[in-house]
Parts: sequence; C-alpha cells; structure tokens
Amino acid sequence: MAYIIKGAHVVDPQVGLDEVRDVLVSGDKIAEVSETIDTPGAEVVNGAGKYLVPGLVDMHVHFRDPGFEYKETIATGSRAAVHGGFTDVATMPNTDPVTDTGAEVRYQIDTAQRVGLVHVRPMGALTRDEKGESLAEIGDMVMEGAAAFSDDGHGVQSAGMMKTCMAYVSQFDRVVCAHCEVESLSGKGVVNSGRTATRLGMFGWPPFAEELEIYRDIELSRSTKCHLHICHISTAKGLDLVRAAKAEGLPVTCEVTPHHLFLCEDDITDTYNTNLKMNPPLRSAADAAAMREGLLDGSIDCVVTDHAPHAAHEKDCEWEIAYFGCVGLETSLPLMLANMVAPGKMSWSRLVEVMAINPRRLLRLAPVRIEAGSGADLTLIDPERVVHITPDYLVGKSKNSAFLGLTLKGCASDVFVDGRRTLIDGEVAS
Amino acid sequence: MLSVRHLIDTTSLTADDITQILDTARSFAEINGRKGIKKVPALRGRTIVNLFLEPSTRTRSSFELAEKRLSADTLNMGGSTSSVVKGESLADTIQTIDAMNVDMFVVRARFAGTPQKVTENTDAIVINAGDGKHQHPTQAMLDLYTIREHFGHLDGLKVAIVGDLAHSRVCGSLAPALKTMGADVTLVAPPTFQVGDASWYGCNQTNHLDDVIEDMDVVYMLRVQLERMEGAAIPSRREYNRLYGLSLEREARMKPEAIICHPGPMNRGMEIDAEVADCARSRILDQVTAGVATRMAEMYLLLGGENNGIHN
Repeated sequence: MAYIIKGAHVVDPQVGLDEVRDVLVSGDKIAEVSETIDTPGAEVVNGAGKYLVPGLVDMHVHFRDPGFEYKETIATGSRAAVHGGFTDVATMPNTDPVTDTGAEVRYQIDTAQRVGLVHVRPMGALTRDEKGESLAEIGDMVMEGAAAFSDDGHGVQSAGMMKTCMAYVSQFDRVVCAHCEVESLSGKGVVNSGRTATRLGMFGWPPFAEELEIYRDIELSRSTKCHLHICHISTAKGLDLVRAAKAEGLPVTCEVTPHHLFLCEDDITDTYNTNLKMNPPLRSAADAAAMREGLLDGSIDCVVTDHAPHAAHEKDCEWEIAYFGCVGLETSLPLMLANMVAPGKMSWSRLVEVMAINPRRLLRLAPVRIEAGSGADLTLIDPERVVHITPDYLVGKSKNSAFLGLTLKGCASDVFVDGRRTLIDGEVAS
Repeated sequence: MLSVRHLIDTTSLTADDITQILDTARSFAEINGRKGIKKVPALRGRTIVNLFLEPSTRTRSSFELAEKRLSADTLNMGGSTSSVVKGESLADTIQTIDAMNVDMFVVRARFAGTPQKVTENTDAIVINAGDGKHQHPTQAMLDLYTIREHFGHLDGLKVAIVGDLAHSRVCGSLAPALKTMGADVTLVAPPTFQVGDASWYGCNQTNHLDDVIEDMDVVYMLRVQLERMEGAAIPSRREYNRLYGLSLEREARMKPEAIICHPGPMNRGMEIDAEVADCARSRILDQVTAGVATRMAEMYLLLGGENNGIHN
C-alpha cells in the first residue's frame, strides 16, 4: 500500500524541515519527500492546512494488561493511543503479574502486534514484583524488547537498592525511569500539602517528598553513570535539581504530564472531583507555571500522559479511597496545541521534540525522520478540528479524564504506523 | 431562611445564617428545658436517616433526640449493620436509601467529602455530622451557641483552640465559623499537631499555651485522638499534659470571665485535668445541652419552616 500525504506543513527539526511538502509512504517506509509527488496508484491523503510530524510517542502509560483488564487492555489502550495521535507508547510494568521477566515483555509486544494500531514498548520493572527488594531479570527483559526500566507507582525506597538497580541497568544502554516519592514523607497524603490539604481536611503529600528522592537519584546517577529519567516531575524545586544536573553534564532527563502543566491544586474544589486525584498530586499554580517554563527552555525533555485508566466505581467514591490517576492519551495533543502552540508560546518544532523526538530517543528506538528511507510512523495534525472532551470522545475503556467538559481546538486526524493508516480522518481503523 | 441548601461546612455559612441558627436554637432550648412535654410537631411526617459510617455516641444521640423532639420519623443506619461494611459503594448505599423517599440524611463519615458525595446521589437534604478530618459544622454551631450564651456576643472574643489540630474536624469548622462571627482565633498546638496552613483560617498560631492563656476569653481544649497517634507526633501523654494540658495552675491564670470548652469525649489527665473539667468555668455539659437545641434549629431551618415544600 502506498500513500501520498499531499500539501501538509511538514515539521521535523531533525532534518531541518518546516515547510509544505508532499510525502510518499510506500510499504513501511517513507519513500520520498519533495515539493510535488504524483505517483499513480498511491492513495492521496489531503494534508492541506494540516501538519505532518514524526509519530508521537508517549513514554508513560498504564495499559493494565495483564491483570486489570476491566480498566484497560492492550487493545483498548491502543485505540485510545492512536485516537490521540500516538504511534508509540511505553507501558509501565505495574501489571498483575508485574512485568519483571522477558515473558511478560514478550506478551505485551506480541499482543500489541496482533492489535496492530500502535507500537507498544514495554517497560520492565527494576525490582522483582516492584517490591524494591531484589533485582528483576533486567537482561532477560532487554533481550525480549524492554524499552526502559521503572518501578513506577512508587519509588525504590531503599537508596542502596536503587543504586544496585542503576548500576546494573548501566550495562544495557537503557534509561531508568524514577517515580520519586519518599513514602515516609508522603505517607497518607492524597493532595498537595498546604492550603488545599487544610481546606479539604486531608493529609498532604509534600513537594519535598518528591524533591529529596530526585536529589538522591541524581547523585546515584553520578555514581553509577546510569541514565536517569525523572518521571512526572511536578515541583519547581525538583525541576531546578534536574536543571543543575543537566548543567553539570550528568545523564539526567525528565518528563511532565499535561495535568501538571495545565491544572493545579486550586482546581480541586469542595466537590472533591476524584478525577483530579493524582500521584504526584496537583501542585501549586506557581509549580505548574514552572513546568510550562521548563518545557519551553529545554529543562523538561518530554510530555507524557501517565495514562492511568480506572473503572467508574474506583473513582465514584470518597476522595481518600479513590484510586490515583487519570486517563490522558486522547487529551494530551489537544491540550498542548490549545494551551501552548496556538497562543504562540511553543513552536511546532519544540512540540515535535517533546512529543516525538526526545521520548523516542529516551526509549532507545530508531529515530523517525521525515526523509526517504525512514520508518513510516507519522502523525498528521489538524490544528482547526475542534474536540469536545466527553466520555463519548474517549475511546479507551475508562473515562476518568481530568479534563472532561473542555472544548479544545486541534487534534490528530491521521496516524500511520509502519506505513499502515491506523487513524483515518479522526476514526480509529477497524 | 438559610443561604445554603445543605449543611456541609461552616465556610459556606454567612454571619446571618449562623445568627439565624443560634436564634432559632434559643427557642428550641426553651422547649428542651420544659418539665413537661419536650416535643413539637415541626417535622411531623418527615423522614430523616442517620447514616453513621463511623462510631459515634454523643453526636448520634444528640441528633436522634433532636429529631424525636421535632416529631420526625428516623432511621438509623451504619456501623456493623451498614451495607458499606459489606463492600457496597457509597453511591449505591445512598441511592438505595434515596429510593425509599427520605427527606434528610445526617451523615457521619471516616472520609473527607463524603457528605458532598451524598448530595450528588440524592435529592434529600444533607447535614454533615463530621467527615474525616474535614469539618463538623453542627459541633461548631453548638460551640458558638454556648459561647454566645455566656458572653452575649461573639465578635471581638479571643478564643484559643488547643490540641491535635492536624487531625481535627472540630477545628476545621469551628475556626472559620468563629472568624465569620468576628472572633479572634489562636491555634495552639505542638508543631507536629498544627494545621498545614493556618493562614487559610486567618488564625494566629503558637506552640506555647502559657504565652496566650491569660489573654483568652475562651479556651477550647480538643481531645487528643489516641487512636490516631500512629507516627508518634508527641512522645507521651505525660509530656503532652505538662506542655499543653489545662491544669488548675493554668486555669487560675485565666481571665475572671473566661470559660473552658471541650467537644468530648475527654481524656482526663491528658489534655484537661479532672478538677478543671468540673470547675465553674467549664461549659462542657452546657455544650452537650446546646447540641440538641442547635441541631433541632438546623434541621428545622433546612427541612421545615420557610424551606418546607420547595424540595418536594
């Protein structure tokens, strides 16, 4: 099958492209990029008024498969991912059983290939059963295709164990993704500490419980030379620690979620909307502003969703017993377009860096460049298409979005994965 | 008529709302003080569900008496009889009871925000009888009533709230209500018991009871919640008593007109010495008496009176 994506504005800073081009996709590769292409027999996709970028990558999602299929499966999560414009997602290992051996990694890759909508890049656990006590079979998982390693959901509480993990991973050219939380300080916290916790009468999860572990892990990175990637950073001070590490030349990167960019603790009102219960919690308005600044100045490397599907009954309950997290795959790109790109705060090139180029590099995947010979994983974005964030808009299994009720302008219209069109004019291919 | 439909927190109440509740409570207090029949037909035919999702003795009995004296029909749910214990969700529990056509829920809960969640699952009116560490507005109203009966007013009074503020829903509703009525509030506690953000209440904060006790009109002692002591925020009962306990010696330094309150149940010998609990300044039993009258007033204003009929 061949496609000509005609007349789209192509943005790919890797090859210095930021102009209108025709792109020919043939088989699973990009065959040609030039001003005008007319290849008989190729299906024409009208790109006029749209932007064509390397396929978007979300390096932090939870697909709950195996173990919690009532929340999400690899099939339903893949649908949500491609609907949101992604070609690749990295799945966190807190499945049941925990993804801590090669067999579980292989299961996810094989299942995703059968589904065929997006590339699923499993992350392996750092420690067996994510218990923080003994090393998981990291080498076995690398050999089966694990893209990175994390005990996401909780930090490795023992500094000594984390050092062992990072030292061991350092032999494999893989990134360690750290969920930073000193649990003896976050304790029973369910919202940011301070005014919101006082006002709503709940325990706080203080910023320094995150910052202390960021500091610890940066020092462990220095000691082990292991690439450290800080998951879902949420505080201004934590970001300053990452900035300082980068300035020193340490192999340290970080990611931020749309909810930590565009929401803050003040959005939690007396209605106790549990879709705003996150880990780490929504921080202050100043923290959110610092996150936006860090994303623009290069201190933050990528945007991830921390897509965390939960069943309705796990959210329709009292805040203190509701599960942490929200779905995000289908709102991430529209939020970035509406809040950052459309108002002129962020260039299209920077958007492509933080949503495609950088996460692909951090997952140690082959780069996707919009040039002849590159793999054809592409996202076509319609900046004018309006989306209403409603339960019906969300095609994944769970509807726990923190952004329900919003109307946003701009979203993916088409997605190509290995040259196959898996999102067709806004509809997921069947 | 109150400006709110439900009584969830004191932060939503205006000074006029609070004054209405306290004034109405006064007439009910007269009924409660009768030698003869302590009952009025104000809420005859109305159904009130007391949904107590955590143990409670005094609040529950106070509500039940208040309901009976208003002639309401009551249903008690909770504890080991509750379907919540069997794993039913809050929404299902409320919708099930709601299907039986009740007029009011009185909700006591372990978790903050539960009464608000109840309002989302019923058309009935909801009164918060204490939710987690959040608020306990009917306690605040009986406290304000007690203090106003003694001084004749609330504005300008200096009130110290002393104790385990971090775990206290009593503080969470009393402090804002006092501020709304123009009182000056000082929060006294060890740093490990202080609220996260006292500035939200607009309160003064100190760790030293001895620095402020001579200046106070009301010293409000909170119960140290021994069952919530995990994490060891204080070293011992003995040391807490020595630093923060209301002893006879401290009581002697209080202003002549000053009073002592406590929401109960008391840990005698810990936050308050036995002799002080029973001394002339103590308004602790008056608070209990006021509880029935103020709860009658709240239910009457929300369910009966001028509000009657508009929710049917």
